[in-house]
Amino acid sequence: MTKRFSLSQLILLLIALVLAAVWLAPVLWAVATSLKPESETTTLPLRWFGSEITFDAYALVLGTGGIVKWAINSTVTAVVVTFLTVLFSAMAAYGFARTQFRGQRALLALILAGIMVPPQVLIAPLFAEMVAFGLVDTWWAIILPQVAAPLIVYILVKFFQDVPPELEQAAFVDGAGRWRVFFTIVLPLSRPVLAAVSIFTFITTWNNFLWPFLVSTDPNTMTLPVGLANVVQGTFGLRYAQIMASVVLAGLPLLVVFVLFQRQIIRGVAHTGLAGQ
Amino acid sequence: MTTTVAAPASTAPLAKAKVRRGWTQHGLVFVTPFLLIYVLFLVWPTVLGFQMSLSSVNIAGGNNHFVGFGNYLEAFGDPRMWRSLWNTLVFTVLSTIPLVFFGLAFALLVHHLRFVQWLWRLSFFGPFLLPSAVVSILWLQMIYPPDYGLINGALGTDVLWLGDPSTAMWSVVLTTVWWTVGFNFLLYLAALQSIPQHLYEAAAIDGASAWDKLRSITLPLLGRTTALIVVLQLLASLKVFDQIYLMTGGGPQDATRPIIEYAYDIGFTGYRTGYASAVSYILFVLIVIVSLAQLRLFRKREEVAS
Repeated sequence: MTKRFSLSQLILLLIALVLAAVWLAPVLWAVATSLKPESETTTLPLRWFGSEITFDAYALVLGTGGIVKWAINSTVTAVVVTFLTVLFSAMAAYGFARTQFRGQRALLALILAGIMVPPQVLIAPLFAEMVAFGLVDTWWAIILPQVAAPLIVYILVKFFQDVPPELEQAAFVDGAGRWRVFFTIVLPLSRPVLAAVSIFTFITTWNNFLWPFLVSTDPNTMTLPVGLANVVQGTFGLRYAQIMASVVLAGLPLLVVFVLFQRQIIRGVAHTGLAGQ
Repeated sequence: MTTTVAAPASTAPLAKAKVRRGWTQHGLVFVTPFLLIYVLFLVWPTVLGFQMSLSSVNIAGGNNHFVGFGNYLEAFGDPRMWRSLWNTLVFTVLSTIPLVFFGLAFALLVHHLRFVQWLWRLSFFGPFLLPSAVVSILWLQMIYPPDYGLINGALGTDVLWLGDPSTAMWSVVLTTVWWTVGFNFLLYLAALQSIPQHLYEAAAIDGASAWDKLRSITLPLLGRTTALIVVLQLLASLKVFDQIYLMTGGGPQDATRPIIEYAYDIGFTGYRTGYASAVSYILFVLIVIVSLAQLRLFRKREEVAS
């Protein structure tokens, strides 16, 4: 064991170190640039550190206020989308997997067919709808279309079909109603799969660009990616330290969350990503 | 994906008749909130989009006349539509190959390493967690610029990565691979971990080398995962918009403009919403074809498996 370990492991380790360095380089370069004095961000030959390490760029970026507001917008919309998506999808999936009603098969087929519809091709009609509803430049315009996620319903239907019915029946015998069984037995049993789809939904919503970009023209409702794309390049001009400070601030939250909850996030993404099969 | 709904048949027939009515009402109540949002924000826009594609409507809702398939005919004669469709297909092929290959390579590497798993996962998967705007601004402003950019600075070259029509698409692909390979890496890593260890132990007893094991156990067992990842990647790449729009704006000289950006340009800056919908629906048809092929592929595989 120890003999095999030394050589092959050492080679693999070296390859991995080189690749990891290459993969991390762009992010580290953003951090390095953000900590340089503005006048030294584009000097050649390239240097990782300037004459001093300064947080001026961060102070300036945070001081202008935009990025804090966008972070709040991103957090609120991503949390609401995740909550509504998981709640409504779980209810619908339970309805399809565990109850019977007229038209059930047709409705489920309609929802499964929706998995094929890419939201990107619906931007024109969706935008027309938002104009008609008077929702442009509101959080709801960003939130509602993202809640219509048929893939999540499909994943949860498959999961609920495998929950043994005996667990519910004992509760029915005790006189519990459908809702109580759903909320006190089925949902707690499904915690791992609910965590997985929640994490997946949160990440995709937090990072979504095209739709929030179309429906928010007012800097007050912009999410972090939209605000960054719209405003940063325009107002900061060629102040690279500030641009990179904004980039680092916008990218940081999910990376920190990832380091803290790595296991759960990997399981969540892999589980939901593989669900298509 | 044609999941049949398994009726909970284990209930005794007597109780069943009594309970059924309650179920009937409850089932619909459970389904209604999602259904409402789904119909309003996915089904209806799909219908409306098709209707718009048959009209000359503009972004303000005016000039709304039925033109039949006129928009589609115009699109098929529009060189910029063909150019953007071509760009989309080129991007899809150029990005899918390295994204699948490196996803697998990184997963194999990390799976066989015993140290600091968190570091490899953070390095390779971390970029996937960055918003497209963060990735695009970072590469546009600090990595690709001809003089002080990280790549030219480190290599001592002076290439106009994003500004030259002959390198722009490759640069977009490079950024995309860096950004999203982590997703395929994770899927492969999960698949590798689910291969039973005893297969390798049995092979080791037979004196198989590491290469033998990779070739005759690991890779064949990853076949299904690979098929899935390829299809998911094709679908994701066909929908490319963010990083191209943000890094090159479709240029230089339309060299990178994907079809979604072309539809966006026509609809939201050129105000021809009807024509934009027709262009979008050309991509839509393409995506539906790939999705249906996926369904067929996996159903066949399931039949073979069972």
